[in-house]
Amino acid sequence: MDILQTLSKLATESGFAGFFAAGGWKNLIMIALACVLLYLGIGKKFEPLLLVGIAFGVLLTNIPGAGLYHMGMWDAYVYECPYDAVNDYALYNGTEERGYTQEEYYYYVFARACGHTTEEIEAYFDTLAEKGGDINADTQALAGSANLDQDVVTAIDSKLKAELSFTDIIHLGGLLDILYIGVKAGVYPCLIFIGVGAMTDFGPLIARPSSMLMGAAAQMGVFFAFFGACLLGFAGNVAASIGIIGGADGPTAIYLTTKLAPAFLGPIAIAAYSYMALIPMIQKPLMRALTTEKERKVKMEQARNVSKVEKIVFPIAVSTFVILLIPSTAPLIGCLMFGNLLKETGVTERLSDTAQNALMNIVTLFLGISVGATTVAARFLSLQTLMIVVLGVIAFMFSTIGGLLMGKIMYKVSGGRINPLIGSAGVSAVPMAARVSQDVGREANPNNFLLMHAMGPNVAGVIGSAIAAGFLLAVFG
Amino acid sequence: MNTLALTAANMGIGGSGIAAVLGYVVVFFGLVLLMCVVILLGKALAGTNKKAAAPAPAGAAAPAAPAAPAAPPAPGSAGEVKLFDVPDKEAAMIMAIVADKMGKPLNELRFKSIKEVK
Repeated sequence: MDILQTLSKLATESGFAGFFAAGGWKNLIMIALACVLLYLGIGKKFEPLLLVGIAFGVLLTNIPGAGLYHMGMWDAYVYECPYDAVNDYALYNGTEERGYTQEEYYYYVFARACGHTTEEIEAYFDTLAEKGGDINADTQALAGSANLDQDVVTAIDSKLKAELSFTDIIHLGGLLDILYIGVKAGVYPCLIFIGVGAMTDFGPLIARPSSMLMGAAAQMGVFFAFFGACLLGFAGNVAASIGIIGGADGPTAIYLTTKLAPAFLGPIAIAAYSYMALIPMIQKPLMRALTTEKERKVKMEQARNVSKVEKIVFPIAVSTFVILLIPSTAPLIGCLMFGNLLKETGVTERLSDTAQNALMNIVTLFLGISVGATTVAARFLSLQTLMIVVLGVIAFMFSTIGGLLMGKIMYKVSGGRINPLIGSAGVSAVPMAARVSQDVGREANPNNFLLMHAMGPNVAGVIGSAIAAGFLLAVFG
Repeated sequence: MNTLALTAANMGIGGSGIAAVLGYVVVFFGLVLLMCVVILLGKALAGTNKKAAAPAPAGAAAPAAPAAPAAPPAPGSAGEVKLFDVPDKEAAMIMAIVADKMGKPLNELRFKSIKEVK
């Protein structure tokens, strides 16, 4: 056993060597970013339940050689193209350091099947680089060589051209690839919505249905950011995924982005959850700027009582009606309302409890870490990510403005009985946005309790963002 | 990606503007219709509400203690409680204890007044 050779092999195959490979410095930046996100989640308690998981996913996926997540594999799945495995560092254990082009990879596979060694193939590539030649013709010659059975050629060719399925990904992928299937298939966001539904009291919305208007108006940021993203040159499907950040609803943003622009899932999810944690900082200045002291002091009347029967019929009616109106909202609205029905029936307490706690926790765990895994350095560190971050905050701001403006209209129409501050809660970050309305209301009038009044627009915003996502999915999906 | 998506992906400024406005209108339309459905639902179930509210006065009349909660549940708020010689903190404590003893969330109870019996 050659000790030096073994040590050398260990060194070249270690993750540390990956930092010195081409673009390895980007992984270092991403690991630093993961640490910052972990600090924000743990130290500053910014949406810790998801941000800690996402941050750890960022960390794991950017450790060279870890092989937990393969971006190339998912690109192949999404874009229905052959999976260029040699360019994927982890799958080939880093033995092909130079990285092959698609043509070189084809040649490599056929040459190996013909019995040529890697050294011989490398020598051929070197000759090709120096003297030139037709690699495609040589590949054809290899494929048609007498030593290679035609069935083998066909098998290799079909494998190269085959589209990947979830089964292939389970066979070839790492742990986070397998967990990510739940995101890609749209399972996790919907399961989270069951939990959200089981935790949501739609009573304030049923008691004051006009809250729906504020929930609708607060989707302004979604479409404003969508338009802005189109102006900045993003394709419609990507712009739609960026816009949905303004819906301030993490599962909806993840669901839509997975369907429309999966390559952008990492930055969009991180922007969505970070801004949701920053809602007090984003919303409060806008709320103070757009409302008068008199408006902020308005004390709202107690809303009417809502019977148990109404609460039970509500999820059934809403899911039927909204899905009939926009069928593409079915997974989100269906799961949200199913969870709510479990809560309200009073006869499925165990299921409701599971949806609110165990299920929600398990799915949050998987969702966070697998979404974080999509932030591969080579793709994440780009100008587009910066644009997404900026557009995300614009989306949040305009959603807040939309809700506030509707709140002001309703203040006028109701003769000053509705406090416009509850309009900003129309962005669906539940219950954070409603708490902000309560805080700003109490600043103006310490005896003002807006929290439950703001919950109406708040939960309407959840439905509104699901409808917005459904519309965007119908247009761009 | 289907043909419609390809068309949308290549939309110009005008097209994206129209899509944005249309999307906002669709969200409004959907929620306004939903609002109408909820209002109609509320009216249709008004009878149920009245029946549910009917036993309330009897229930409310029964307890003599001022700190006792009234029977009809609030729609998700502790309501506007009137305090007589009771500091805020003590009132909050009393409400929390009552909610705990009854095994009901605080936002499903309505407190009308809390008065110290001297």
